[in-house]
Amino acid sequence: MSTVRQLRSEVSFNLLGFRRSPAATFFTVVLPLIFLVIFTSIFGNEIMGSTGARVATVYVPGILALAVVSANFMNAAIITVIKRENGVLKAMRATPLPPRVYVAGQIGVSLVLTAVMTVLVVGIGRLAYGVEIQVAALPSLAITLVLGAAAFSALGLAVTCICPSEQAAPALTNMCVLPLYFISDVFIPAGNTPDWMTAIADVFPIKHLAVALGRTFDPFVEGVPMPGWHWLVMAAWGAAGALAAARWFRWTPRT
Amino acid sequence: MGSGADLAIEVAQLHKCYGDLEAVAGIDLTVASGEVVAVLGPNGAGKTTTVEILEGLRTRTSGEVKVLGADPAEATAAWRERIGVVLQGASHEGDFTAAEIVTMWSAYYRSPRPTAEVLEWVGLADAAGTRTRRLSGGQKQRLAVALALVGDPELVFLDEPTTGFDPAARREAWHTIESLPELGVTVLLTTHYMEEADHLADRIVVISQGRVVADGTAAELAAQAALGVRIGWDAAELSPSGLSEGLRAMLTGGTEPASPAGPAPGQAGGQTHELVTSDVGGAVRELLQAADAAGTPLHSLSIQPPTLEDTYLALTGDDS
Repeated sequence: MSTVRQLRSEVSFNLLGFRRSPAATFFTVVLPLIFLVIFTSIFGNEIMGSTGARVATVYVPGILALAVVSANFMNAAIITVIKRENGVLKAMRATPLPPRVYVAGQIGVSLVLTAVMTVLVVGIGRLAYGVEIQVAALPSLAITLVLGAAAFSALGLAVTCICPSEQAAPALTNMCVLPLYFISDVFIPAGNTPDWMTAIADVFPIKHLAVALGRTFDPFVEGVPMPGWHWLVMAAWGAAGALAAARWFRWTPRT
Repeated sequence: MGSGADLAIEVAQLHKCYGDLEAVAGIDLTVASGEVVAVLGPNGAGKTTTVEILEGLRTRTSGEVKVLGADPAEATAAWRERIGVVLQGASHEGDFTAAEIVTMWSAYYRSPRPTAEVLEWVGLADAAGTRTRRLSGGQKQRLAVALALVGDPELVFLDEPTTGFDPAARREAWHTIESLPELGVTVLLTTHYMEEADHLADRIVVISQGRVVADGTAAELAAQAALGVRIGWDAAELSPSGLSEGLRAMLTGGTEPASPAGPAPGQAGGQTHELVTSDVGGAVRELLQAADAAGTPLHSLSIQPPTLEDTYLALTGDDS
C-alpha cells in the first residue's frame, strides 16, 4: 500500500506547488474565468428562440474545454519540463519511487484541477448567466472530462519530449494550442469558421473536446447525449500521446 | 570478483563509450563498507559517468559492477532504498520550504528518517521553514544531502558537492559531509579539488582520461608522484656557476623578477634560481658550502615540499 501513500503525497505536494506558483494559478484558474466574463459581456446573453437557453450556453462548454486543456496539457508539460531541466526528475530516478507513480501523480493533479475548474466554470455559468445542464447529461459530462483530462495529460507529457528547455516550454505549449482555440469552437462558436479551417480543426483533439462538452450542455439534445465519435478521437490522441511519452520521455536535463 | 561481503562497491574493467569517445576506459575501484573514498580528476576525466553508472542512472558499455552486492543496471526499488544520491547541480522547487521538500521525498522510502532529524543532521534546522529559493548555495547543497539521507541509506554518492562554491559555502558543505561516517554511511564522492579529497576522504582514487592513475591516501599519492622538493634562492646571493655538476643538473631555470618595479637595492635583477631534488639534505649542505665559499649568508634560501595541487597535476598529467 506504499504506492497509495506515495501517490497521495505526490498529488498533495504538487497541488501545494501549484497553489504557490502565481503563473500556474493565473493561467489555469483565473484566465479561463476572465475569458468567460469577457465573451458573455461582448456577445450578450440573450435567450435564444423558444428554448429558454441563453447565449452563454455556447460559451460555458467552450471555456470549460479551454480550462481542461490548460489544467492538463499546459500544466503537465510545463511542470514536467521545469522539473526535468532542474535535475529533479533525474534525482527522483535515483529514489525507490516507481516512475509510474510520478506519472500517476501528475495525472492526479490534473484530475483535481479539472474538477475544480468544472465546478467554477459550470457554477459561474449557472449562477451568473443562467446556463442549465440537464441531469441526464451529467454522466456524459463526467466521461468527457475524465477522458479529456487523461488524453491532454498524456499529450502534455508527450510534448515534453520535443521541448528543449525550461524557457521554451510555455512558448511551445501555447504554440500547440493557441491557434486551435480560435478554430475549435472554444473562443468562436461553430458556424463562423471557413470550411478548410474546420477541416484542420477536425484533425486535432481540442475541437472534439469542445464539441463533446457543447453537446452535454446543448438544450436541443434529447435524453442522454452520446458524443461517441468525439470521445474516440480524443482517446486516439491520448493513446498516441501516451505511446510517444513512453517511448521518448527523458528524465535527464537537455540543457 | 571475490565475494566481498564487506565491500560496498566493486568495479572491474568498467568501460563506457559515447560513440567513438571512450569516457571510461577500464576503471577498477573498490570501496569498503564504512569507508569514505574520493574519486579525483579533472573535468571530463569520466568521474560523473562512473558515478552515475554506479547509481544505476546510466548504462555501461562493459565491465563488472557490484554496488551493495547488486548490479546497478538492474536496480530494484529495494536496492534504491539503500543508497542516497546527491547529483551535480540539481535544484529543487523554489516554492517549497526545506522541510516540505524533505517530507515530500521521505514518502519515496519505506522507512524514512523523520524530517526534523534529517534537517538537524545537515544543519538546516533553523532554515526548515525557509523557501528553498532563499537558501544560500551551501544551504541548498545541505538540503540535497538531506534528501540523500532521508531514506536512511547505507551508501551515499556525492557528485562534485562543492564545485562553484565560495570558500565559506565549501567549509559548510564539508562540515556536513564529514559527519556522514558518524551515521554509519559509506561515502563515494567526486571532486576536482585535491584539497577537498584530502580533507574528506580516507582514500583517494585519481582518474584521468577514463583511467585510474593512482589510488591511496594523500601521502601515498605524493610518494607515488615522486615529486622533488623545490629549493630556491636569490640569484644575487649565489651564482650557480660555483655549484657541482650534479646540482646544476637539477636547476629548473629559475624565475623572472616577481616585481615589475625592478630590482630591490643590492639585488641583481631580483632573479631567483631553483632546483628540484629528492635529496634535500645533500642539496642544502652543498648549497651552504658554496655560499660559505662565496662569502654570502644565503638568507634567501627557501625549501618547498610538493603541494597537494602539484601531486594532483603530476598524477593527472595536467600540468599545462
